[in-house]
Amino acid sequence: MTPELESAYSGRKLAARAAKTASSVAVGLALLPLFAVLAYVASQGARALSVAFFTEPIGVRGAGMANAIVGTIELVFLASAMGIPLGIAAGLYLAEYASTPLARAVRFSADVLAGVPSILVGVVVYAVVVVWMKQFSAFAGAAALAIVMLPLVTRTTDELARAVPDSLREAALALGAPRWRTAIFVVLRTAAPGIRSGCLLAVARVSGETAPLLFTAYNSRFFNESLFDPTSTLQVQIFTYTMTPNDDWHAQAWAAALVLVALVVVLNVLARRVLAEREPA
Amino acid sequence: MTAVTDSEASLRLRGARAEGGAEATAKMSAADLSAWFGDKQALRRITLPLIERKVTAIIGPSGCGKSTFIRCMNRMHEVVAGARTTGDVLLDGKSVYGADVDPVRVRRRVGMVFQKPNPFPTMSVRDNVLAGLRLSGIEPPDADALVEEVLVQAALWDEVKDALDRPGGALSGGQQQRLCIARCLALEPEVVLMDEPCSSLDPIATAKIEELIHDLRDRYTIVVVTHSMQQAARVSDYTAFFYVGELVEYDHADVIFTKPSDPRTEDYITGRFG
Amino acid sequence: MTQRALSTPPRLPPRSLRASVEGNGSSVDRAFGAVGAGAAGALGLVLVGVAASVARIAWPSIQATGLSFVTTSVWDPSRGTYGALAFVFGTLVTSFIALLLAVPVALGVAVFLTDLGPRRLQRPVSSLVELLAAIPSVVYGLWAALVLAPILRTTVQPALAAVGGPLFSGPNVGFGILCASLVLAIMLLPTIASVSRDVLRAVPADLREGALALGATPWDALRLVVFPHARRGIFGAVLLGFGRAIGETMAVAAVVGSRADISPSLFAPGYTMSSVIANEFPAASSELHVAALAEVGLLLFVVTVAFNVAARVLVARSREGSPRASQAGAGSGGAA
Repeated sequence: MTPELESAYSGRKLAARAAKTASSVAVGLALLPLFAVLAYVASQGARALSVAFFTEPIGVRGAGMANAIVGTIELVFLASAMGIPLGIAAGLYLAEYASTPLARAVRFSADVLAGVPSILVGVVVYAVVVVWMKQFSAFAGAAALAIVMLPLVTRTTDELARAVPDSLREAALALGAPRWRTAIFVVLRTAAPGIRSGCLLAVARVSGETAPLLFTAYNSRFFNESLFDPTSTLQVQIFTYTMTPNDDWHAQAWAAALVLVALVVVLNVLARRVLAEREPA
Repeated sequence: MTAVTDSEASLRLRGARAEGGAEATAKMSAADLSAWFGDKQALRRITLPLIERKVTAIIGPSGCGKSTFIRCMNRMHEVVAGARTTGDVLLDGKSVYGADVDPVRVRRRVGMVFQKPNPFPTMSVRDNVLAGLRLSGIEPPDADALVEEVLVQAALWDEVKDALDRPGGALSGGQQQRLCIARCLALEPEVVLMDEPCSSLDPIATAKIEELIHDLRDRYTIVVVTHSMQQAARVSDYTAFFYVGELVEYDHADVIFTKPSDPRTEDYITGRFG
Repeated sequence: MTQRALSTPPRLPPRSLRASVEGNGSSVDRAFGAVGAGAAGALGLVLVGVAASVARIAWPSIQATGLSFVTTSVWDPSRGTYGALAFVFGTLVTSFIALLLAVPVALGVAVFLTDLGPRRLQRPVSSLVELLAAIPSVVYGLWAALVLAPILRTTVQPALAAVGGPLFSGPNVGFGILCASLVLAIMLLPTIASVSRDVLRAVPADLREGALALGATPWDALRLVVFPHARRGIFGAVLLGFGRAIGETMAVAAVVGSRADISPSLFAPGYTMSSVIANEFPAASSELHVAALAEVGLLLFVVTVAFNVAARVLVARSREGSPRASQAGAGSGGAA
């Protein structure tokens, strides 16, 4: 190399090294809060966890969060039961039947809906369901969560179904299978691992959603007896306790956060596992 | 490293034989070079000289490792995740895989033209030509003259002299490829590696590139990977035939195409497989 | 099995049965299509429904307050005065500061994951960044209120106060604009980082290789080739992050201080659009109060939808590729 190039290169090499260092520092800065949050949730939460936490309902000192745990699980199940089938049907329809401008518009609005703040979904469900039934209810909360899930499941299904090669569809159609059978037995089955993983991620996401529940499922100190009563959830309870100046309640909130984070992390890991199962092949 | 000197000796021998007794120096050479993608071996112990200021063509059926081979020459192979090599590559007798060798310096000296033309789409024709220098942190004082000189060398000047500020992507496929060659030549490399440079081009553009290779042979050491035997016969001085990651035969181009010594080479050039 | 099939001629179902199978198939087909279309239509309706129903509840407030809703900042439900300017201010300021903090770090993470980091670290770091996104907002709120805010109060804010200036003055309670911005920054980071990573990955490999083969360092290749190619998509990622910041509710509600004030100080308590809805909606005192909160929601909806639409368009365009890719495709297509 000429001396001119050589001197320019030493500067560039320095810049390259600096950039590399800066990007590593950025990773450090990004992971610092992650570890800080996880460490606090784990240590504070573990200290506050007890048998009573899982067996006693919400109350004063020493009580647990059994009804909130049940509430969270109930809501997530209900929401999944509504959101997942609807989302898969919509996604499959978009991928298989519709390449029209209308489909593109629906696709686009699903993307936009995914970006709408979840608290607004709460406002809407309040306006439609809560006002209509004249009370807060587990059902309203689940409906809100289902709406949060819907665009996630739809877009995952749509994208994965479209990634299924056309040759497979044609093979099935050429065997005389009707389109709906082709869609379900060929396309859906081929894309299933990815869709399962996407659904698990959507479930994980709504397991932690709090804002849409504040004025739909609301809160309750008791186990709810019907789907049409208000119910407490871990999420809302964490928020309620966060906003109090009481150390005992803070301890309960940490314990609830530990349970919630564990649930979300397990769902995320499961989602990745499901996806990874397909990869080696 | 006795192994390297051994193979170096054998290279000289082969080079000398190829030159028909006269002394021919290898600008670059692969010595016992193997390459992998993950667990899959793409090259098996290749030893091959690239004679200075000559055109070496590398032919073989697809998947024979010919592209991998030239990507090992300027250390582009390792850019792919999971890729690794063993053995050695020498440039002017010095290893390019030594612990203290910076791949960036190697690539400055050993230029490369890719299978698919890849001018930088966000840059104009002019900026594409100067891209290599700019990437090296140099703003040439007589940029306009340099751009013209290099584009003339790449046989593209007449076609683009009024369109220097248009985006590089707006040219035709053949023009784009010559722009990529110009971009490479602007750095005054010592070796030019071309990875199937005509595979995405029409016959007229292909003819232009071949002519260009012909014109450049006096100034650069050129390696052309091609799946077209006719092209290899037209442009190359030496030809190497690769088959499933192995070097089957290497000789003067006219020898390979008239009286190959290995039956597999003969099968390939007579079109019995591949 | 095979032998049997060979020895006896294949039995075709009678004609009528085949016809009925086909007929059945196509009617199921139609039904299936209808169900799918219904589901997809519902999805489209939800978006319109959100806007319409929020607007409907907000209507009394829109009528009562008119333009003063967005130009005044006195929010006093007990006297029926509703001005949302302080919420808009708080939302924009916290989101802006959060972006300022998050964007450089997120881009650093993104290039670490695509170009600059050691390969064996890229996958684990990527998973950890996604884990950062998976932690529920309410847990960040808990952590910020009980851990971050005390640190700010005892250590960071006194140090900043020593620097002086209107930004770093005023009451030091920990809760406030700065605390909310910090926790928002943490939450935006994975969004911006992972979208930018995807955008950078979508830059065609042959462009990166072209630059490297010319003797570029990885950083040169990023700076001169990859970034110019990806800048629209990265801008989209930032907008997407901004949209998220504006709508983020629980963590902000926990630490923003909940006071409808416009103050130049970063230490001062403030309020955001989403957090006022979260705090006041469940216990809203009157119909007008509910309506005013819904109008805040409507503002929030309009702003987030605008940002999301802009961001999606930018990211999609940058992923679909460059003019070059399409032209090269057309060129080689013609040649082949």
